[in-house]
Amino acid sequence: MTTYIRRAAALCALLFVALLVNAMRVQVFKAPSYDGNPANRRPEIAHWGRPRGDILVGGRSVTGSRDTGEQLRYERTYRNGPLYAPVTGFASQKYGATLLEDVEDELLAGTEPTLSLLPAWNDMTHSPSPGGRVVTTVDPAAQLAAYTGLGSRRGAVAALEPSTGRVLALVSTPSYDPGELSGNSRSVAAAWKRLSRDPSRPMLNRAIRQTYPPGSTFKVVTAAAALDAGVVRDIDAPTRSPDPYTLPGTSTALSNEVEGCADASLRYAFEWSCNTVFAKLGVDVGLRRMTGSAHGLGFNDADLRIPLPVVRSSFDTAMDRAQLALSSIGQFDTRATPLQMATVTAAVANGGSVRAPYLVERTTTASGATVAVTMPHASHPAMKPGTAARLRELMTGVVADGTGGKAAIPGATVGGKTGTAQHGVGNSGTPYAWFISWARADGAPVPAVAVAVVVEDADADRGEISGGGDAAPIARAVMRAVLDSAEAQRRAVKRGR
Amino acid sequence: MTKAGTSAVADPSPPAVRLPGRRGVEFALLAVAVLLPVYGYCAVGLARSGTVPPGAAGYGAGLAVLALCAHLAVRLRAPYADPLLLPIAVLLNGLGLVLIYRLDLETPHDKAAPAQLVWSALGVALFTAAVLLLRDHRMLQRYTYVSMVAALVLLALPILFPAVNGARIWIRIAGFSIQPGEFAKVLLAVFFAGYLAGNRHALTYTGRRLWGFKRFELPTGRVLGPIVAIWLLSVGVLVLERDLGTSLLFFGLFVVLLYVATGRTGWIAVGLLLAVAGAVAVGRLEPHVHSRVEDWLHPFASIEAGHGAGQLAQSLFAFAAGGMLGTGLGIGNSVLIGFAVKSDFILATAGEELGLAGLTALFLLYGLLVERGYRTGLALRDPFGRLLATGLASIVALQVFVIAGGVTGLIPLTGMAMPFLAQGGSSVVTNWIIVALLIRMSDSARGQDIRGRAAGRRARARALGGVSDQGPEVPRVPQVPRSPREARDP
Repeated sequence: MTTYIRRAAALCALLFVALLVNAMRVQVFKAPSYDGNPANRRPEIAHWGRPRGDILVGGRSVTGSRDTGEQLRYERTYRNGPLYAPVTGFASQKYGATLLEDVEDELLAGTEPTLSLLPAWNDMTHSPSPGGRVVTTVDPAAQLAAYTGLGSRRGAVAALEPSTGRVLALVSTPSYDPGELSGNSRSVAAAWKRLSRDPSRPMLNRAIRQTYPPGSTFKVVTAAAALDAGVVRDIDAPTRSPDPYTLPGTSTALSNEVEGCADASLRYAFEWSCNTVFAKLGVDVGLRRMTGSAHGLGFNDADLRIPLPVVRSSFDTAMDRAQLALSSIGQFDTRATPLQMATVTAAVANGGSVRAPYLVERTTTASGATVAVTMPHASHPAMKPGTAARLRELMTGVVADGTGGKAAIPGATVGGKTGTAQHGVGNSGTPYAWFISWARADGAPVPAVAVAVVVEDADADRGEISGGGDAAPIARAVMRAVLDSAEAQRRAVKRGR
Repeated sequence: MTKAGTSAVADPSPPAVRLPGRRGVEFALLAVAVLLPVYGYCAVGLARSGTVPPGAAGYGAGLAVLALCAHLAVRLRAPYADPLLLPIAVLLNGLGLVLIYRLDLETPHDKAAPAQLVWSALGVALFTAAVLLLRDHRMLQRYTYVSMVAALVLLALPILFPAVNGARIWIRIAGFSIQPGEFAKVLLAVFFAGYLAGNRHALTYTGRRLWGFKRFELPTGRVLGPIVAIWLLSVGVLVLERDLGTSLLFFGLFVVLLYVATGRTGWIAVGLLLAVAGAVAVGRLEPHVHSRVEDWLHPFASIEAGHGAGQLAQSLFAFAAGGMLGTGLGIGNSVLIGFAVKSDFILATAGEELGLAGLTALFLLYGLLVERGYRTGLALRDPFGRLLATGLASIVALQVFVIAGGVTGLIPLTGMAMPFLAQGGSSVVTNWIIVALLIRMSDSARGQDIRGRAAGRRARARALGGVSDQGPEVPRVPQVPRSPREARDP
């Protein structure tokens, strides 16, 4: 019997060996594929298991975290949610994350390895770092001015600091409260359903994720190209352009909404927005040099990250001359995001060189130690400094004498350009009102702010829509807010000394 | 706890004539077996709330008292028993309590640890009673047929009660849920051992040849009849109750004991044939079993179908999340398994929070427990004892294999309790009884040698004129001498 007992024991030993080998298979060899299975909720649970780091605007956090004690434990809360939604986006247990919550997710969630001095140690001890903070470049006063300026209308505002590329305001209306999407409850699903089906698309960040035909504001680009190319040498000399202007190779005649455009000077044409003059200028400059200028100012760049991904603004590179003529006045298939037009304005204000825009000033650990600082990107020249100076003169004229009078700010030099963009099949859609501008406080060496405003007011009468009437006051409010806070800062520094 | 003091008092240096019973070793190991779960209990609290749980001292004291009671009973009535059995049982029981307590934190409305502690206490009480009252395991052989009847009654009882979660294996008395099938395990082991010990010669030496081979000689129907009938009956009852894990366990026990008793390879062949035929038939016909097999073959099928992870998939995720060293007690997410996470799937929590390292340690503990059982079987001289010890050890080994293999995806999952670890009162009590029987038998095994050798030495001493203690050195650890019996055994 002994032999048989031993054999039975050997069988049991075999069973235990099988268990051990299988445990090793599951826990070591198969583990990576099991860990990565989409149905495995552990990564998600870990992701929400700690309070999320905050997003800061003007030194104050605009986000928070609420401990629900549920499986996906910490829910996101937002202070002034609708105001900052185009910056923060949402972070939802159920629907993922967008905008800063998305692109800085690893840092905010604390999984970013650079948050820790010894990431390997954190991994081993299962003690991940607390979520880091994202400090934005946004100026709360400018953001609020833009948001209240747009009010109940549909539109977007992007404001930049021309000398650095810092994004001072990023507003899109109608907006929404991202806090409604935090958590897992039924009300979250209802909010999602409502927001995603809303025809006004409140979750769309129009400042960077939507392109519009830029209309007359694109004339800044055309003028820059014409001045750079030497097509126009004297801004006060007649441009030898007919009114109406027959598009080359067609019998279509292009006309103006204002008088006096025939043979007008560049100054007059710019201040009063003569379509005929700029269409002809674009054709005279030629497709190659037009696309060169547009490209230099940021058009056709699909890879722009601020670090939010910005959709591509487009200026067609293969057109006949008639299409080029229309494109040169911001029609045909020329399209731009508000941020793109703010970049154009900022380039003019910054002596012709472009600073790539950025929204994140720096990132820090939860205790405030710096993780990464965004340095202003290297500027690259988009037009000659002389061209920029002449464009500033032209834009100042628009505000002082032309269509942009409502943007004037006492105690500051303001340059701007209005625009009204036709769109829709046969231009049947309600036109978009544009205004792009920059402002330099008297006594300040350089302009402190460049801003682009677009209002796509579906409810207003067609005739009322104009960049000068609708968009300029909003731009003015934003510029004023920036100048005021710059002034307050200057005074504070002075007092400090 | 005052281990050192108690140890010194309770373990007086034995008089020269008595051979070491190794109770001191047992005591030291018990101290470790109590302290480890207490440490685990504290670790859970520290991981969850940053503080040592307030009940740590009470919990530790409770476990220590239980261990001490069991230890004293062994000291009193089974002084030569194997010193590893009791500490392993206490350690596994303690770890099980920690794991259940830890899972209770995830299900605040469904606390299982207090009830489990009560059941553990009951188990230890029965253990103590069994060690104290059962003076000789051979007494059990008298109750061979009583055991059989009792086992069948216990197995049949749940049919009268409503099904719970698809299986008719529970009976409810005064608010308690009892799984009679658990107790039937021990009774069936007693019956198989008693019957086979009594009839093994008939089973071995009579029979008709199959295909003219000596090796495949089958016993006559007259001898085989009763045992196959019993087995069929018990398995039939289990299939009716849809408790396939236990059915598998009984079948394995039956085959192992038949083989050990007769040494006929033919039995293994017949057993395997029966097993394969039964498995295929049940797997085809029974939808419940069929789905288990499907789950085993395709654990992620429900994910691909868009229904999320099934129980087995969640269990595999938990094991994978543990990796080599585990997440640490209290930090894992094994509760995602959902239903039966504290009972059938308790091992997944161990795997996730203690890692492969902890799981290996657990398997080695079970392996050691089984090994001590087999060693007891080898050391005993009476066929009934040898068969019973082998049977009880096999029950533990098979049960661990069936459930651990099931939750780790090695074999199709069948509901069963991980011995000592899993939530379930009947299981804990049964396992304590198994350990009590093993302790009793290991005491007999080692005692018979020691008593025998002591008697022999006295006789020698008388013959040599009283120079006994200066004689050839007596081995301090009495190893089990096997050669004489091996010569005797068929």
